[in-house]
Amino acid sequence: MDTSRSYLEPSSFSKKMAATIIIVYAVITLIPISWMVMTSFKNVDSAISYPPEVLFEPSLEGYVNLFTNRSRQSEEYLDSLPPPENWYEELVRSREMVITGPSKFLGRYSNSMIIGFGSTFASVFLGALAAYAFSRFRVPLKDDLLFFILSTRMFPPIAVAVPIFIMYRKLGLGDTHLGMIILYTVVNLSLAVWLLKGFMDEIPKEYEEAAMIDGYSRLQAFFKVVLPQAMTGIAATAIFCMIFSWNEYAFAVLLTQFNAQTAPPFIPTIIGEGGLDWPAIGAGTTLFLLPVMIFTIILRKHLLRGITFGAVRK
Amino acid sequence: MSVKKKFKGLSDKAVGWLFIGPTVLLLLAINIYPLVYAIKMSFTNFYANKIGREPQFVGLKNYIKVLNKEAIWEKMQVTASFMFWTLLLQAIIGLGLALLLNRKFKGNELLTTLIVLPMMLSPAVVGVFWTYLYNPQVGLFNYVVNFFYDLGSFDMIGSSTLAPWAIVIVDTWMWTPFTMLICLAGLRSVPNYLYEAAEVDRASKWQQFIYITLPSVLPFLLLALLFRGIENFKMFDMVVELTSGGPGSATELASINLKREAFEKWKTGYSSAFAVILFVTIFGFGNVYVKVMNKIKER
Repeated sequence: MDTSRSYLEPSSFSKKMAATIIIVYAVITLIPISWMVMTSFKNVDSAISYPPEVLFEPSLEGYVNLFTNRSRQSEEYLDSLPPPENWYEELVRSREMVITGPSKFLGRYSNSMIIGFGSTFASVFLGALAAYAFSRFRVPLKDDLLFFILSTRMFPPIAVAVPIFIMYRKLGLGDTHLGMIILYTVVNLSLAVWLLKGFMDEIPKEYEEAAMIDGYSRLQAFFKVVLPQAMTGIAATAIFCMIFSWNEYAFAVLLTQFNAQTAPPFIPTIIGEGGLDWPAIGAGTTLFLLPVMIFTIILRKHLLRGITFGAVRK
Repeated sequence: MSVKKKFKGLSDKAVGWLFIGPTVLLLLAINIYPLVYAIKMSFTNFYANKIGREPQFVGLKNYIKVLNKEAIWEKMQVTASFMFWTLLLQAIIGLGLALLLNRKFKGNELLTTLIVLPMMLSPAVVGVFWTYLYNPQVGLFNYVVNFFYDLGSFDMIGSSTLAPWAIVIVDTWMWTPFTMLICLAGLRSVPNYLYEAAEVDRASKWQQFIYITLPSVLPFLLLALLFRGIENFKMFDMVVELTSGGPGSATELASINLKREAFEKWKTGYSSAFAVILFVTIFGFGNVYVKVMNKIKER
C-alpha cells in the first residue's frame, strides 16, 4: 500500500478497540438467528423449558413435524398397530401420535422456488433491455420516465392490492404461479432498471460500436457484447430480485391461498397441539432462511456493492 | 438466429422502444392501472366482496370520513413514533458501526457480511421467530434481560406499553446494517487528501471528524434514512406476524389498519381513500425531504 499516507492509518490500539466492539455487536446480532437454528434441533419439551437450554440433546422432531401431518391416538389403538417401520414413525409414535400424511411445507417451498426464479429471470431480462436503452439511446422524457419507474416503488403494497386482487380475479390469475410471477417481476423491475443502468453506463460504448462495424446488428451487439460485459451487474441485480421475491409476504398473504401460496405466509401457520410447535417453526424457518444466508456469504462482494451502488447513484 | 436477422435493419430508435416498451407496459398494467383504479374507487361506496352491486359516486365523502376519524390519527401517531425511534436508533448505531468498520482491521469484510445477515431475511418469518424470543414464559430475550436486570415476568408483545418497543427493537436489529453499509460507502468516498491537508494544518482528530468526516457522510446517512423512512411508513409484514397490530391497537401501523379495512371489512371505497391519503403523505414528505437533502449536499 501507499506508504506516504501511513500516518493517516488509525493506531493499532484504536483498530483493536474497533474490532472488539464490532465482534461483540456481530455476536449479539447473530444470537436470534442461531437460537432459531438451535431450536429446530430441540424436541418440543426442551424448546419450552426455562431457563432456556443452551446445551440439549439434539432431536429431529422439529423437522419430522414440519414435513408431516399427525394425529393423536389412544394407547389401545397404538398398541394394535404393527411396529413402526422407520425412525421418524417411531419418533411420532413415542408422542402417542401417528403420521397421517405429508404436510404442505414442501409444496409451499417449491412455490417459493418457482415464483422466485421465474420472476427474477423476467425482471432481470426486461430490466437489462430497458437499462440498455436508457443508457445508450436518446429517449424522449428520459428523466421523467426514469423517475416514474422509480416512484412505483413508493406505493404501499396494500394500496394496490385490492385493484390487483379484482383484476386478477377477472383475468383468472388469482392464486396462480403466473400471476405471482408477473406481480413480483413488476415490483422488482424498477430496482432492476436502476441498478442495471448504472452497470451499463460503465461499459464503454466503443465495445459494441466496434462489433457493429464488424457487421453485427444493434441487437446482436447487445446480446453478444454488452450482456456478457454486464454479467457482474446482472448477477448483483438477480440476487436482489431473488431475495425480494423469496421474502415477500404482503402480496402473497393477500393474493394466494392454496395453489400458489409461498412459504412466508405458510410458516406462521405451522401450529402444533396446544400452541405453537417451536421446533417445527424453527425447522421451517431454518430451511427457509438457509439459502439466503449461504447466498449472502458466498456472494457478499456483489451484494454489498449492489446495496451501496444503488444508493450512491441516486 | 433467424429472429435476429429479421431485426437487423432496425433503427436505434426502434430498438430503444422495443427495449423500453415491455417494462413501461408492465408497469402501466400492474402498477399504474391499479393506482388509477384505487383513486377512482376512493370516490365511491364500493365493496369488493359484493360483486353484483354497482358502486355509487359519493364525492369526497370517504376522504372526509378518513380525515375526521380519530382512530386514523391514532394509527398515524403509532406509525410516526415507530418511524422516529427506528430511524433515530438506526442512524446512531449504523453510523457508529460504519465509523468502526472504516478502521479496516483484519476480518473486516467477513464481520461486515455477518452483521448484514439480518436484513437479508424474510421480515414475516423474522416476526414469527421473534414471538418465540419475546415469549414471557420461555423467551430468550426475557431471560437475558432478567439475567442482567431482574424485571421479573414481563410480556413484550402482550403489554401495550412494551409492544411498540418490541417492534422498534426488531426493526432496528434487522435494518441497522443497511444504514451502516450506506454510511460505510460514504466514508470510503472521502478523498484522503482532505485528511492529509488537515493533518498538515495541525487539526486535531476531533476537528477532522467534525469538519471533514461528518459533513461528507451526512448526505449518505440522510439517503439511507430516506429509504428506511419510506419502507417503515409502509411497514406491514414483520409487525403483522410479531404483534398483529396488538395488543388492542398499540402497534397498529397505518398499513395494518389499511389491510383490515380493505381485506377484512372489504370497505374498498373507504380504504382506497385512505390509501390515496397515505400515498400523498409519503410522496409529499419524500419530496420535501429530498429538497432539504439536496440543499445540505450543496453546502
